[in-house]
Amino acid sequence: MMQIRPILAALRRHRIATFLIALEIALACAVLCNACFLIVNRIHAMHVVSGVDEKSLAYLVLDGYDRGRTNDLNARIIAGLSAIPGVKGVGVLNTIPFGDNSSINGITIDPARQRYSHEINTYIGDAASLRALNLRLVAGRMPTTDDYRSIANGFVPRDSMVLITRSLADSVWPGENPLGKDFWCIDFHFRVIGVVDHLTIPEPESRAAAGRDFSAFVAATPGNEMGGGYVIQADPRELPRVFREVMLAIPKIAPEVVVDHDGSGLLSDLRERYFLNDRAMVGILLGVIAALMLVTALGIVGLASFWVQQRRKQIGIRRAIGATRGDVLRYFQIENFLIVTMGILFGVLLAYTLNLVLMKAYEVTHLPAAYLVTSAIVLWLLGQLAVLGPALRAAAVPPVVATRSV
Amino acid sequence: MLSYYFHLAIRSLRHNKVLTGLMVLAIAVGIGASMTTLTVMHLLSGNPLPGKSDVLFYAQVDPNPNGAASRHQEPPDKLDYQSAIDLWSKHNADRQALVVESPVKLSAPDVKRPPSMGMLMSTTADFFTMFDVPFQYGGSWTGEDDARRSRVAVISSELNDRLYGGVNSVGRTLRLRNDDVRIVGVLKPWRPAPQFYDVAGGRFSQGQTADYYAKPEDAFTPFYTGLEVNDGHFEQFNCWDAPKVPGHLMGAGCEWIGLWVELDSKAKVTSYRSFLANYAAQQKALGRISYADNTRLRDLMDWLQFNQVVPSDVRLQAWLALSFLVICLCNTVGLLLVKFLRRSGEIGIRRALGASRRQIFAQCLIEASVIGVFGGAGGWLLTLVGLGLVRRQPVAYADLAHLDVSMFGLTFLLAVLVSAFAGTLPALRASRIAPALQLKTL
Repeated sequence: MMQIRPILAALRRHRIATFLIALEIALACAVLCNACFLIVNRIHAMHVVSGVDEKSLAYLVLDGYDRGRTNDLNARIIAGLSAIPGVKGVGVLNTIPFGDNSSINGITIDPARQRYSHEINTYIGDAASLRALNLRLVAGRMPTTDDYRSIANGFVPRDSMVLITRSLADSVWPGENPLGKDFWCIDFHFRVIGVVDHLTIPEPESRAAAGRDFSAFVAATPGNEMGGGYVIQADPRELPRVFREVMLAIPKIAPEVVVDHDGSGLLSDLRERYFLNDRAMVGILLGVIAALMLVTALGIVGLASFWVQQRRKQIGIRRAIGATRGDVLRYFQIENFLIVTMGILFGVLLAYTLNLVLMKAYEVTHLPAAYLVTSAIVLWLLGQLAVLGPALRAAAVPPVVATRSV
Repeated sequence: MLSYYFHLAIRSLRHNKVLTGLMVLAIAVGIGASMTTLTVMHLLSGNPLPGKSDVLFYAQVDPNPNGAASRHQEPPDKLDYQSAIDLWSKHNADRQALVVESPVKLSAPDVKRPPSMGMLMSTTADFFTMFDVPFQYGGSWTGEDDARRSRVAVISSELNDRLYGGVNSVGRTLRLRNDDVRIVGVLKPWRPAPQFYDVAGGRFSQGQTADYYAKPEDAFTPFYTGLEVNDGHFEQFNCWDAPKVPGHLMGAGCEWIGLWVELDSKAKVTSYRSFLANYAAQQKALGRISYADNTRLRDLMDWLQFNQVVPSDVRLQAWLALSFLVICLCNTVGLLLVKFLRRSGEIGIRRALGASRRQIFAQCLIEASVIGVFGGAGGWLLTLVGLGLVRRQPVAYADLAHLDVSMFGLTFLLAVLVSAFAGTLPALRASRIAPALQLKTL
C-alpha cells in the first residue's frame, strides 16, 4: 500500500502512455461487457422452448398442387406416409415452430371488435397434428371430435375452439381464468378451451421477447381449404430414416407437387437452420472478444517491457538500497493494477453508454452489473498476466546495475 | 532525404521484428474487420438506382374502412386492389408500375425438367423502363398487352439459364401453374440491392431484413395476366376482412399491391401528392375509407430508409469492427511511442548533430507510415478473407459481398490515415526529446 504514492508519481511522468493503455482498457471493457451480454442474449434466444416434441417430429411442405383438390392431396399424403414403417402419425398443420410465420393475426376481446390488443400466431391443424405436437396442457381440456370444425374462407373455422399458451392467457386476461373466454379476429370467433405450457411462434425472432410465445392452436378439419403442410411423428431414433423414406415416397404419392426443401426437414434441423445466423453472430462476437483480449494484452506487454528497460537503473538502485525482488515485482504489478483500474472505471461509463445505444437499436435490456464485475475481473487478470513477464524481468535486474554508467 | 528516412525506417523495423509484427498485425486485423463490415454496410445501404432514385416514388393511401380498428399513425405498406387500380388507371405520373409478387409453379412444356417453384412478378409495362432493367434478348411487353391481359412473360437470366441453357428463348413457351405464356424478353443478370420495388413491412421486422436482398423474381408478366394465371396464390400484407376465396385478393379487404410512380419534376411531385390527397378525400366522401389525411409519397431512398433495410446484425457488426479498430489504434499509438522513446539516445545524438525537430518528426512519421502500408496491405488481404466468409453465410445478401473499386481505394486510404494518425502523436513526442538530457545519460 505504501508503494502507491511513488507509483502514481512515476505514472504522472508517463501521462501519454498511461492514458493510452487506460483508454484501451476502457474501450475493451465497454466492448467486452456488451459483447458478452449480446452473446448471452443470443444463446438465450436460441434455446427458446418450442413446447412441441421436437425430437420425434418432422415437417413437410408441398406446393404447386391444384388448390381445388387439396382434400384429395391431403388424403393421399396421409394414407401414403402412414404406410411407411415407423411413422406414428401424419397430421395436416399450417406451420411449425421454426417454419414460416404463415398466419399472424390481430385479436381483440372486445365483442364490438374495435380495439385490437394482441398480435398472435395461429397454428391451424387436425387432430393427428395435435397428437403429434404433444403440447403440455396445464389447464382446461384438449379438443374433442366435435371441436374440429371446418375452415371458412381458407382461414379458420367461424367458431374456433382453441388452445392458447399460458403467456398469451396471462397477457390477455391477467389474473383471470382464461378458460371459456372469447376473442375475435375480424368476424371469426375463438373460444379458449385449454391452456398449454408453451408453443413458440414459428419465427421467434420476428417478435419482441415478450410476445414470442403468443400462439394459439386452432382445432380444424382441413377439407379443401388447407393443405400442403404436414407434421410427421416417429420414434426419435427412427425419424431420420423415416424422413428420408418420406422424401422418396412423395414423387410416387403426389407426382404433381413440388417439395419445398427449405421448409421441410426434421424439426431439429429446422431449428438449427433458423438459428444459423445467430450461431454465426455468436461466433463473430467470440472472435472479436478473443482478438480484443490478445491485442490488449500485447499492448500491455509492449509498454511494460519498455518501462522496465527504461528504469533498469532505478530498479538497480532500489535493489542496491535494500528492495527485494518481490518488492520490484510487486511494484510493476501494482502499477498495472492501478492503470487497469483507471481504465475499468472509465470503461464502466462507456459500457453503460454503449448499452443505452444498443437498447435503442436492438432488443436488449439494461446491462446487468454482473457483466461489469466479470469484465473487470477478467481485465484485471489479463493485465496481471500480461505484466508478469516484464515484471519478472524487472525483478531479475541485479543491484550491480546501479553502479554502472552513472 | 525521404529515401534515406525510408531506409532508416526499414532498418529500425527490422531491429525488433516481434514488435513490428505486432503493430502490423494489430492494424491489419483492425482494418480487415472494419473494412469487411463497412463494405457489407456500403453494399446493403447503397442506392439501388443511382441517378434515378429521386424521381421514383412509392404511393400509399390508407384504405381501411374500419374506423378505430387500428392505430393508423402510418398508412399500410401496400394498397388494396381498388385503390391500386383507381390510382394506376388515372395515369397521372410520367411512368407508373403496379407490383405484386407471388409464388408460382414453373415449367416449360418443351423442356424435360420437373416443375419447380419460383417467384412471379405481376406488373405493368413501365416497370422495365422505370427501373432501368437490362434486357439480354427481346424486350418488354407493351401497355396494350397490359390492357389485353396478353399471355406473355419476361424471364430472368437465371431462369433462362436453368430452363433453356442460356440461349435466346424469346418466342418459346413457359408454363406458369397450368397456363402457358409466350416469352417476349430475357433479362441480363440483374441484381438490385436491395430488391427495392418489393420492400415493405420493415418496421415490423425486428431488424430481420436480410431477405430484402433476395434475387429478383424468375418471371414477370402483365399485371392482370399474373393475377389470372396464379389466381389463388396471392399473399396479403394485411387484411381488415377475410378474403372469400383464399389467395384471391381482387376486391377483398386486403392490402397487397405496391404502386411506384416516376415523377420527373418538383411540380409533378406536388401535383401527385395533391392527387393522392384528393383521391383519399373523395373515397372517404364515398364512405369506402375512413382516413383521408393518411397518404404518403416517399421517394425511393426515403422508402428504403423508412423500412430500415440494412439488417440490424450488419449494423451491429460494423459498430463492433469500428470499436475494434479504435482499440487497435490505441494499441499501435502506445507501441509506436514505446518504440520511438526507446531510441531517445539515438534521437538525442541526431538532434545534437544538427537535425531539426521537423526532420526527426518526418523520420518518425515515415517509419509509422511504413507500418501503415504493411498493415494496410495485410488489412486488404484480411478484408478479402472476411468478405469470403460473409459469402459463405446463409443470408440472402451473401453473393453480393465483394470489394468494389471505391471500397478498395477506401481500404488503402483508411490504412494510411490510421497509421499516419497513429504515428503523429509518438512522432511529435519523439521530436521534442531534449538532446542535452539524452546525451548526459549515454
